[in-house]
Amino acid sequence: MAELSKNDEPQDVTPNVSKVELADAHSEAESVAAVEAPVGRGEPILQVRNLKKHFPLTQGILFKRQIGAVKAVDGISFDLHQGETLGIVGESGCGKSTVAKLLMNLERATAGEVFYKGQDITKLSGRALTAVRRNIQMVFQDPYTSLNPRMTVGDIIGEPFDIHPEVAPKGDRRRRVRELLDVVGLNPEYINRYPHQFSGGQRQRIGIARGLALNPEIIICDEPVSALDVSVQAQVINLMEALQDEFNLSYIFIAHDLSIVRHISDRVGVMYLGRMAEIGTDEQIYEHPTHPYTQALLSAVPVPDPDAREHRERIILSGDVPSPANPPSGCRFRTRCWKAQDKCAEQEPLLAVPERFKGQDSPAAHESACHFAEEKDVVGAA
Amino acid sequence: MTTIEETTPVPSPRDAGADGGPLLDVRDLHVEFHTREGVVKAVNGVNYSVAAGETLAVLGESGSGKSVTAQAIMGILDMPPGKIPQGEIRFRGQDMLAMSAEERRKIRGSRIAMIFQDALSSLNPVLTVGYQLGEMFRVHQGMSKKDAKAKAIELMDRVKIPAAAARVNDYPHQFSGGMRQRIMIAMALALEPELIIADEPTTALDVTVQAQVMDLLAELQREFNMGLILITHDLGVVADVADKIAVMYAGRIVEQAPVHELYKRPAHPYTRGLLDSIPRLDQKGQELYAIKGLPPNLLRVPSGCAFNPRCPKAQDICTTEIPRLFPVTEQDGTPVTGRTSACHFWKETIHG
Ligand SMILES: Nc1ncnc2c1ncn2[C@@H]1O[C@H](COP(=O)(O)OP(=O)(O)OP(=O)(O)O)[C@@H](O)[C@H]1O
Ligand SMILES: Nc1ncnc2c1ncn2[C@@H]1O[C@H](COP(=O)(O)OP(=O)(O)OP(=O)(O)O)[C@@H](O)[C@H]1O
Ligand code: SF4
Ligand code: SF4
Ligand SMILES: [Mg+2]
Ligand SMILES: [Mg+2]
Repeated sequence: MAELSKNDEPQDVTPNVSKVELADAHSEAESVAAVEAPVGRGEPILQVRNLKKHFPLTQGILFKRQIGAVKAVDGISFDLHQGETLGIVGESGCGKSTVAKLLMNLERATAGEVFYKGQDITKLSGRALTAVRRNIQMVFQDPYTSLNPRMTVGDIIGEPFDIHPEVAPKGDRRRRVRELLDVVGLNPEYINRYPHQFSGGQRQRIGIARGLALNPEIIICDEPVSALDVSVQAQVINLMEALQDEFNLSYIFIAHDLSIVRHISDRVGVMYLGRMAEIGTDEQIYEHPTHPYTQALLSAVPVPDPDAREHRERIILSGDVPSPANPPSGCRFRTRCWKAQDKCAEQEPLLAVPERFKGQDSPAAHESACHFAEEKDVVGAA
Repeated sequence: MTTIEETTPVPSPRDAGADGGPLLDVRDLHVEFHTREGVVKAVNGVNYSVAAGETLAVLGESGSGKSVTAQAIMGILDMPPGKIPQGEIRFRGQDMLAMSAEERRKIRGSRIAMIFQDALSSLNPVLTVGYQLGEMFRVHQGMSKKDAKAKAIELMDRVKIPAAAARVNDYPHQFSGGMRQRIMIAMALALEPELIIADEPTTALDVTVQAQVMDLLAELQREFNMGLILITHDLGVVADVADKIAVMYAGRIVEQAPVHELYKRPAHPYTRGLLDSIPRLDQKGQELYAIKGLPPNLLRVPSGCAFNPRCPKAQDICTTEIPRLFPVTEQDGTPVTGRTSACHFWKETIHG
């Protein structure tokens, strides 16, 4: 288990025994978990097929008429393997959080399937759903609204135990909550405080502690470190990686910080307007992107070095992000793509290994939804 | 429409306030919260200033008091439990802490505006976005409902909300996190204030929108010669837009420097730790560097230098004596403009 070096902290922090505890609880409950599966090559634990979520657009106050739909997620497929981290990046509003909620079954899918160990969870409800949910947990994007302001931190982190009392018997809960606080680098003395007494970053760690409470197999992290300073971010990322190694956790890691996604991910999917534009290993996506949108995204990364930044080539995407209620025909990126041709308006490019790279032993041979996929020399900034 | 271009260097800081002094000058500000467990010393003597047209970036540990300082400037601290026992906040030379509630209200929103860290909870969930944007114009400028709505659409367009006219009647929850943030930005810009405090305005945004938003902020800043206080964790964004940086730890400014200087050679061990924590390409598969230890408990701030329990350079003096903000000089003693460090061993840190 990697050390978080918290142990060097002066007296007021108890020794860090919690990870061992977590391990025990986990192996008890999950004795079947495939521990030896190598990272990235395990069995698919989650298979997403043609997933869609359309939000109705209505008009009128008394008599609501549907006048269209926001196609927030519009046909997405991917696999998540055991012990793997799949990063998801993409423009604001492209549907990342909606995907996360669909995987958690917090939103009902309009169409498509999500198979968890072979079982389609979009069709589950009631107890069957509760049972599955224990194994799929989420850490939310917004540390402000996701925490109930009237509950103490102890109650917030302990809340999942109410639904799943088998994980922590009543008398043991406060001890477990203290351990979880310690695991995420918060002072266990804060157990009786309320969310508003914490800074944004501290609140995000409360959310992570709650996500870990039930020892899940999959954690869906929606911008889990966006609110944190880089050093705390590094601690949380180290913590997440250590927990992953220890428990063979699978992560879906949604973030807009491309360098942090690269650091933690085995594979990365790039979304645009409700669709997957490109997906591959971190090296394929960052070093050999073939989709113009990915290339633009990478070139826009701000570099934390004022000198290095001055002579970079930057692809500045102008043009508005099209409305997901009325996406462009053919390729959705065509209204902003500098390579667009007639074909792009007529035919929707499918997410597949492009014809020209097929069978090649090249890092460019990965799935990309572009008719004219090719490598372009963009600065590998992230 | 899409262009491919070389980035240009940031323009140098523009002229100071009309009277030559800074637009905003925070002096020795203290903020504490009286809670059941005791007094939380959230801000312990902050000093910083911003000139018109200038961008000050505030970096620092989460919980170090960046937002509380901003709230004190805006005059929106919850008091009680909050209390400002000491300090001055001068806006165009006038101490706002000595002003009446009425005077402060006039400044808030129209002359100093804030973009909040938490976009969703700052927007009213039961009112449409268009109504909330229009409110700025109805209340402050007495516009008609119709005109205010047109203005709202214009603002939404300006911050690049697609299909603004169609979505002006949508409610906040119907927008993505990034879109809500852009709506907050639109709201802050509505009345063309002299100073904008942006508390992590791009935290929820992806890099392309982030670049657009920062460009937009920079453009408006130039146009109106606005001062900008940018609170952020994103060292990349800072490098792109800031003129100068203040780094906070445990409610104090621990280092101040022009942007290029800070990255090249930090003069405070905490800043150095921050810079070392940025994930780099060659660290893939390895543990990231992280500053060891926990953030200080503000009920009991460590004696001496608040960073001492976590500092790799700490000596005995660090536990007994609070380091003042030392002016930073070159090795030969020539002063470096705009640089200060609150570390007893700043010399060793920057030159050693
Ligand atoms: N309840 C809802 N009703 C209507 N539209 C919605 C709803 N929730 C989300 N949307 C829309 O769906 C689209 C995708 O939203 P989502 O929150 O998934 O984006 P995101 O990729 O997470 O963006 P961000 O990076 O800004 O968080 C957006 O256009 C949003 O406005
Ligand atoms: N109402 C309150 N009661 C008690 N403590 C408070 C209150 N509001 C803020 N604090 C404390 O004041 C400190 C500073 O908080 P602040 O929100 O300014 O941090 P920050 O630097 O903005 O952090 P972040 O980067 O995480 O947003 C924190 O330790 C927080 O716990
Ligand atoms: S399919 Fe056409 S429009 Fe779409 S990304 Fe490729 S070149 Fe651009
Ligand atoms: S004063 Fe001492 S403890 Fe504080 S930063 Fe400097 S060396 Fe470290
Ligand atoms: Mg989101
Ligand atoms: Mg804050």
